[in-house]
Formats: sequence, structure tokens, C-alpha cells
Amino acid sequence: MAQIFNIVPLEHFIILSLILFSIGVIGVLLRRNMIVVFMSIELMLNAVNLMAVSFSAHKGDSAGQVFVFFVMVVAAAEVALGLAILVMIYRNVKSIDINELKQLKW
Amino acid sequence: MQQILFYILALLAIAFSIATITSRNAMYSVLSLVATFFALAGFYLMLNAEFVAFVHIIVYAGAIMVLFLFVVMMLNLNQSPVNIPRPLLARLAAVVAGGIFGLTLVAALSQTILPTSAESTALAEVGSVRTLGKMLFNEFLLPFELTSVLFIATMVGVVVLTKKEE
Repeated sequence: MAQIFNIVPLEHFIILSLILFSIGVIGVLLRRNMIVVFMSIELMLNAVNLMAVSFSAHKGDSAGQVFVFFVMVVAAAEVALGLAILVMIYRNVKSIDINELKQLKW
Repeated sequence: MQQILFYILALLAIAFSIATITSRNAMYSVLSLVATFFALAGFYLMLNAEFVAFVHIIVYAGAIMVLFLFVVMMLNLNQSPVNIPRPLLARLAAVVAGGIFGLTLVAALSQTILPTSAESTALAEVGSVRTLGKMLFNEFLLPFELTSVLFIATMVGVVVLTKKEE
């Protein structure tokens, strides 16, 4: 079985996950729609997962891939709770624009 | 062959993730995110992490994205002002800030000395179900059990939050 890191260096996997993470950061800053902000957070978590798996495969240590499971678990819990909060906010404010949610600002 | 596959998948992942954050319609955002997740599953397969790849497809493309689709359809915000973009200056600032953040990370990477790879004989077993299961139920047994507590707490929280008040 050919070693993947002889064909594609580890740096390229890392740079790819850095790019995906930065796109997630831009999405959080760019959008007003709360659902899209949540999706950008998912994108960032997945960039971290990709980096963990590539380091795990590089070093030959399975612990990194076990951590990916825990990240997925936390991501699933976060999405379920976050979308519940979003639905509740929509019921009360009739909007999911994050600019409208400034009652806690002052 | 694998090299070409890597760069095609990388291009797809980046293009679909940009589509996720830029498309006006939240529906298209969700579908682009699903495509991004499939590209990521391709990377996991290339890295010999089959079990992570399958779980990733099941959990993300299966469960989490259905939840997103459900909320997008239930709220039905296509005509709402939430889809009007921010002013140009704010958008520019967001892209510049994110780009500079990415550049900082890449600069940090270029200063890092990466470790040398392990022997290739040990690598085939790393991502297999057998190895991961043994690890999960030995060294990581306590955190594994604690995640069930987390899920119970989340489930109760979600039900309490979304219950209509009488």
C-alpha cells in the first residue's frame, strides 16, 4: 500500500485545512443569517478534523482519529442546541438576523 | 493518480465551501456544505481512515445536514431581509480579516518543523475499525461514556427550549 505522504506532502493537507478554516472565519464575519453562521462554524470544526486525521495518519497514532469522534459528538450536540435556540429566537423576535439581537449590548 | 485526485478534491472542497458562505439562498448553502463534506470524506479515505470517513458521512451528511435543511425549510426565509448583504465596507473588512488570519496561520506553519513520518508498515492498521474500537473502549472509555451524558443533557435542553409555552 503506497504511502500517501510520499505522493502528497503533509503540508498540503495542513494548508488545505487552514484555507477551509479561514473560509469558515470569513463566513462568520460576513453573513447576517444565523443559520449560515452556524454552517460556517461547522466548516471550521471540519477543517480541524481534517488536520487531526492527517496528523494521525502521518504519525501512525490512532488517538487523533478518536479525538475526531469526540469533535463530531460535540458538533452534533452544538448544532442541535444551537438550532433549538435559533428557532426560539425566531419565535420571539421574528428574525434570525444577528444584527437584530442586540438587547444584551447595553 | 492520487495526486491528481487530491488536488481535484481540494479544489472542490474550497469551491463548495466558498459557495456555502456566499450564496444568497440558505438552501444552496446547505447543499454546498453537503458537497464539501463529501469532499472531506474523500480526503479521509485517501488518508486510510475508512471508519472516520463513514462516520463522517453518516453524522454530517446524514444527521446534521438534515437538521439544517429542516430548520431552513421550517423558517422559510427566502424573502426576508436577512439575505440582504452587509454594506460593502463591512464585507471587505470581513474578507480582509479572514484572509490575514489565514496568512498568519500559513506563516506559522512555514516556521514549524514537521515530524518525520512513521514506518509505512504500521500505518495500514491506524484507521481500521478494530484499532479505533479497541482504543475507544480502553483508553478513552471514560470520555466515551461522558459523551452519552452530554447527549442526554443536550436532548433535554432542546426539548425544553423548543416546547411551546402554555
